[in-house]
Amino acid sequence: MNSVSIKSAAIFAPGFFANGPVHTALLIGSVVAVVSATVGTFTVMRGQSFAGHALSDIGTAGGAAAPLIPVPSIYGFVAVNVVAAALMDLLGVRSPRARDVATGIVLGGALGLAALFLYEDTTTTSNTGTVATVLFGSIFALQSSLIPVVAGFGVAALTITLLLYRPLLLSSISTDLAATKGVRVRLVAIAYLLALAVAVSLSALTIGAILSTALLIGPAATALRLVKRTGQALVLASGIGVAAVGLGVLLAYDSVSWTDNGQGWPVSFFIVALLFGTYVITLLVTRHQPHRNA
Amino acid sequence: MFAGFMVNAWEAATIVAVVAGVVGFFTVARGAAFAAHALPNGAFAGAAGASLIGVNALVGLGVFSAAGALTIAGLAQRARRDVATAMTIVMMLALGALFLSQTTEYAPAMFSLLFGEVLGVNTNQILPTAAIAAVCVVIIGVLFRPLLLSSVLPDVAQAKGVSSVRMELAFLLLVALTTTMAVPVVGSLLIFSLLIAPAAAARCFTNKPGRSITLAVLIALVTVWAAIAISFQTNWPIGFFVGTIGALTYASGRIWVRYRSRNRLA
Amino acid sequence: MNGAAPGESSTEVLRVDDLSVRLGGRQILDEVSFTLAEGEFAGLIGANGAGKTTLLKVILGLIQPSAGRVLINGAARSRHSSQIGYVPQKIDLDPDMPLRARDLIGLGLDGHRYGLPLRSAQRNARIDEMISAVDAEKFADSRIGNLSGGEQQRVMIAHALISRPRLLLLDEPLANLDLRSGQEVVTLLSEIAKQQQVGVLLSAHDMNPLLPVIDRVVYMAAGRAASGSAEQIIRTETLSELYRHHVEVIRVGRRVLVVAGEEPAIQVLGQADDCADHDHGDQSNSN
Repeated sequence: MNSVSIKSAAIFAPGFFANGPVHTALLIGSVVAVVSATVGTFTVMRGQSFAGHALSDIGTAGGAAAPLIPVPSIYGFVAVNVVAAALMDLLGVRSPRARDVATGIVLGGALGLAALFLYEDTTTTSNTGTVATVLFGSIFALQSSLIPVVAGFGVAALTITLLLYRPLLLSSISTDLAATKGVRVRLVAIAYLLALAVAVSLSALTIGAILSTALLIGPAATALRLVKRTGQALVLASGIGVAAVGLGVLLAYDSVSWTDNGQGWPVSFFIVALLFGTYVITLLVTRHQPHRNA
Repeated sequence: MFAGFMVNAWEAATIVAVVAGVVGFFTVARGAAFAAHALPNGAFAGAAGASLIGVNALVGLGVFSAAGALTIAGLAQRARRDVATAMTIVMMLALGALFLSQTTEYAPAMFSLLFGEVLGVNTNQILPTAAIAAVCVVIIGVLFRPLLLSSVLPDVAQAKGVSSVRMELAFLLLVALTTTMAVPVVGSLLIFSLLIAPAAAARCFTNKPGRSITLAVLIALVTVWAAIAISFQTNWPIGFFVGTIGALTYASGRIWVRYRSRNRLA
Repeated sequence: MNGAAPGESSTEVLRVDDLSVRLGGRQILDEVSFTLAEGEFAGLIGANGAGKTTLLKVILGLIQPSAGRVLINGAARSRHSSQIGYVPQKIDLDPDMPLRARDLIGLGLDGHRYGLPLRSAQRNARIDEMISAVDAEKFADSRIGNLSGGEQQRVMIAHALISRPRLLLLDEPLANLDLRSGQEVVTLLSEIAKQQQVGVLLSAHDMNPLLPVIDRVVYMAAGRAASGSAEQIIRTETLSELYRHHVEVIRVGRRVLVVAGEEPAIQVLGQADDCADHDHGDQSNSN
């Protein structure tokens, strides 16, 4: 996982869409965008943006541990994320504030561990670039061997979310209402956090922590401002995410020719800037409407 | 570990812990843990940008964390606060990624700014740290009552002329200021742990607000002192100990609450 | 429509003149007028959506009216008024927040001023006085987040009263209380109004718990208001004029019901269009 690779000249040879690594980047990026947008719509509705971001940081920190732990990395990351999500839920059951604090504590502890692993990493492998990569890298995993795994986890997260669709929707609006309709609110909450943990660890691994959060929250938040029905929001969010990824990659490709040193600007920057800009414009243009569901 | 060159670390850490304990009380009361994480992390990007243009990293920290505070407050006027915070942090980090991509020199210094380094503080940093800390303390002193009222009863405060919007902005800028002061000492990733854990633990042990703040400060002090001491011995990063000790103090707080409520019912 | 205040002291604490609020194309308040004297306990009655909360917010200065004016103690409303005590409908108190009931009450005294809280014997004495005034001694040192709805309500009343306001506003204080707690609160407020000569305006969607103790009714429907004694206002003619639709006032035992009707014949509750946004006193679930 090398953040520099996307900037190296080889990728941006003429023939953008036919280009192998770019192709992979677009494919993985789009898949992740759709999964993130779907899961993220509920994340935003449930007010769990902090948890979503925390889990992506934790997932990335897990990436730092990879060289040290003899575990097949992806499954290890997902496991760590699931444990973290479970902890956040367990500690934060009492109230939203308690959940906020619990997320912060778990994140703090996890980042502390990450500090340790990174330290071990830099001293044992003398690889100071890892720090930058892990935290800031737009880690577009260009190895096509990762695609099946990514797809697998993505499908898992999507499946859980869509299976839970109705009870999740109901309990996101009102836990009391859901309970009276026979929804097992706790079970739904835990299952959803599981889906979130899986979705976020997959995106953190493939596209980095920054993009993971951006694609989780940005498209969903934008879509929820624009349309009233959740079903429509899911679709719109996915569309926004995929569009941002595509346009971002294109701009990054193009940016190589912007400066003399032959180094383009990172993909993550473009995608985030697009998502941020879209969100801000949407905020300015729409007046706050309470989100309705059907 | 109390040798001459370590004195700076002790002093700076003490200053940071005191401020973190007090600001942390409000952070936890307002449920602003996300912002307390977002601003230091985002400010880090500012440090990168500053070094890119040859400016003191501290200035970059300050400017970016203040800009982050303003952005969160601005977006939160029209949207939910946690979404506003999420979008702000990713934008700041993306800018950080941009800055980092344009320079190769930053990598070694980055570790200490992220995770803190015991020996990283030199004598001429103490004074600015103390100065900013003093400003923070003064601001908290002046804003204490309206900020508390606004945090607990926003509607009533508004009716009495205390603007929720202004208090939120003031609070976020306070966190930004704390960030700027603390990052060189404990690192950006872990200042937020100092803001959350001590205050969260303290509130488990007492009902009174004043006592809760005092306790938060004490716990923060013990946390950093222990972290420095152990870090010195093991050479492991101070941030690791801050995060771990923070989690432990919070856990003990929760256990205490559990124990106390069981005993009351028994 | 303004009925004469039934034999209370003549000092006007609150005067609302032709107050109108138009928001988003809707007329939320439509030339609302009434007065409240000191020591008077008034019920602001109306269904959800009738405009009660908006009216309270205008009086509090949180919303600007499109027309009309509000006078507090004879003076036009200034931005911050310590003359008004306010108990909001919902308070979101974190159970983990380290703030005792007495701390919250103390905030009512000076929480809006800059600086650190100064402890003084005088301040503590005032707080203790308020605590006993609302019968909160038992839980004065407990965390506010741990208190029951009724207990929190009493603490909030003490918080609102400690600055010795001339006017006390409560937004739907009975909404989430059981019958007994509600009665306690209402009795308490009635006593406070008399003893401290405070004008109390309490909004509710069910008037029945209030009728025994209130001196005045301000009845709201669709943004319009009628004010007077209960006998004057809770009548078929008065309310029909207010609703601009025929309604019947029925007394069943000690309860009063307002029912929609087509001319003299009475229809089943809640059929008419105009009654879409209010309940007809059929409060079997809350009483």
